[in-house]
Amino acid sequence: MTDVLGIVLKRLGLGVLTLLVISILIFFAVELLPGDIAQAVLGQGATEENLKAMREQLGLNEPAVWRYLQWLAGAIQGDFGSSLISQKPVTETIAPRFANTLFLASYAAVIAVPVAIILGVIVALLRESIFDRVANVTTLTSISSPEFFLGYILILYLAVKNPWFPAIASLSDDMTFLELLNRTFLPALTMVLVVVAHMMRMTRASIINLLASPYIEMARLKGTPAWKVIVKHALPNAWAPIINVVALNLAYLITGVVLVEVVFVYPGIGQLLVDSVTKRDFPVVQACCLIFAATFILLNLAADVGAILTNPRLRHPK
Amino acid sequence: MNYFVIGYYALLIGASCLAAYYSSRSAFLLLFSLTLVSFIVGIVGGESALWTITVCAGVLALCAGTAYAFREFLVIVLPVEASKAIKTAPLTATFGLFVIMTYAIAGVFAPIIAPHGEAEIIAGAFEPPNDEMLLGADQLGRDLFSRLVFGARNTVGIALLATILAFVLGALMGLIAATRGGWFDQLMGRVVDVIMSVPSLIFALLLLSIFGTNVVVLIIIIAIIYSPRVFRLTRAVAGNVVVMDYIEAARLRGEGLWYLIRREILPNSTAPLIAEFGLEFCFVFLLVAGLSFLGLGIQPPTADWGSMVRENATLISFGEITPLFPAGAIALLTVAVNFVVDWMLFRSSGLKG
Repeated sequence: MTDVLGIVLKRLGLGVLTLLVISILIFFAVELLPGDIAQAVLGQGATEENLKAMREQLGLNEPAVWRYLQWLAGAIQGDFGSSLISQKPVTETIAPRFANTLFLASYAAVIAVPVAIILGVIVALLRESIFDRVANVTTLTSISSPEFFLGYILILYLAVKNPWFPAIASLSDDMTFLELLNRTFLPALTMVLVVVAHMMRMTRASIINLLASPYIEMARLKGTPAWKVIVKHALPNAWAPIINVVALNLAYLITGVVLVEVVFVYPGIGQLLVDSVTKRDFPVVQACCLIFAATFILLNLAADVGAILTNPRLRHPK
Repeated sequence: MNYFVIGYYALLIGASCLAAYYSSRSAFLLLFSLTLVSFIVGIVGGESALWTITVCAGVLALCAGTAYAFREFLVIVLPVEASKAIKTAPLTATFGLFVIMTYAIAGVFAPIIAPHGEAEIIAGAFEPPNDEMLLGADQLGRDLFSRLVFGARNTVGIALLATILAFVLGALMGLIAATRGGWFDQLMGRVVDVIMSVPSLIFALLLLSIFGTNVVVLIIIIAIIYSPRVFRLTRAVAGNVVVMDYIEAARLRGEGLWYLIRREILPNSTAPLIAEFGLEFCFVFLLVAGLSFLGLGIQPPTADWGSMVRENATLISFGEITPLFPAGAIALLTVAVNFVVDWMLFRSSGLKG
């Protein structure tokens, strides 16, 4: 068991290192601005005094490396400085929105993961049949559509023509949990459609790969019933690829969430990021990017670790 | 119950019985499951839902017909070798080719096809369709159809340019890394790891917030974000070629790096690269459309599908489908390219599955 722990720790270390490099990238990307932040925010018409005052306020007169270290130290403790526009602490703005986004993503994931895996296994068992073809074309179409296309179709048919669900996902604090689920159903469904298609295709591919291996044929030849072949022989080996598929798609949700939040005016971190990019509110942009990148890396890490835990062969790399 | 509903079920059940009688199993399964689904949908959604199903089936049949006719056309027109390949292509692939061709024509001849200019204001805001305007007017009174046609040139053009740039960048680095090896390989590998560990949309947003939004910046940023995928693939493919004996022979002959890449490695690794180009184009195209939709990509008044969706989005709440046209145009092209890539991957790998 110790060697497993060692490998997992090694992966974790690598993840932290990547995150560190990315934080450097995110911080110093802003330094590439023509002029500096003060100039970019105040525009061409700024007077020399204004610029000076702003530089003083933002601490721009200190060397960049020193400011980076300060920023990093703050970020680790959850303090991302304050917004250039509203002057409020960034963390205060981000925290409730990040919770909203997490809620939406987990809502989508709770529906998508079981549906996708079950459908993927079914399609893999029915491969080369007409259902498989139909599923192939449908999932490909769903993957290829931009999220806002699916979102607007859902709004048109499920909110406007048949007013079953609200088109705009505005939240308030005094809503019951059921009300919340109803309010956020359409954005969640949009993401479910995309993610299910992705996951189904990947699950199908990995199950088909597995079913082609000789030991499955052996099990069939000795007369094991079909369901037993799947449950007892195929599934234990299928966990590793399936865990991988799930984690990768949850990571995919992170990017998809930005567009979906804008379509449904959902008060999440993606919407905040887009707004801040438009307003060039750099501290908020940096914080949002760092959070997104960290989640992305964490999920990829989880996929790696899950694969190692379920597949003993990966523990002894050649 | 009216004649439409009765006719609908009679046709479906009759057709499934016929299919069963002539023992075409897959057609029977498809038709009969459609009948069962219609029962449920019909009870829940009433007659209008059945109409929707009929329209969808009609559109699908039309697409299949177009694809079939186009395949026969290509088989006759193309030279022998190419027509042999096309003959075995699935209908989805030829449909994809047909759509790509249509878009290409629309993009190249946009000023001739479009009845009005790209930014020409000819009517009131959101005016409904009439003889003059096929799809009505947008939020400023510009002809939506003309803007759609010009969008084929702008959106697709920019996505194509960015893909080509990403490809040249990624493939070149990949080839050099595979042939050279050593520190360059290591360094590029790490750089690529870092770029790929940030979600592409987020990375694009970060860079756009810094460098501002104009077309040249957009193309360069997207090319940089998407070149790592090409780099990895090229390096893997070329890595398998580099260890071949003929490369060793060429090296011993004293050939230079550039010759090795151009004459020995590249010709032997094109097949997977072409399929990757298609996939890459889909990703880039969706990213460009997404950024424009967010108002951070191609800037007005240039006609562009992503921003057209956003500009007309308010119409959705009145039950209009106008904003869905540009969004659908994006989806259709991506689907088409994906269909063709699917077929090409299948052909080049010879995989069954």
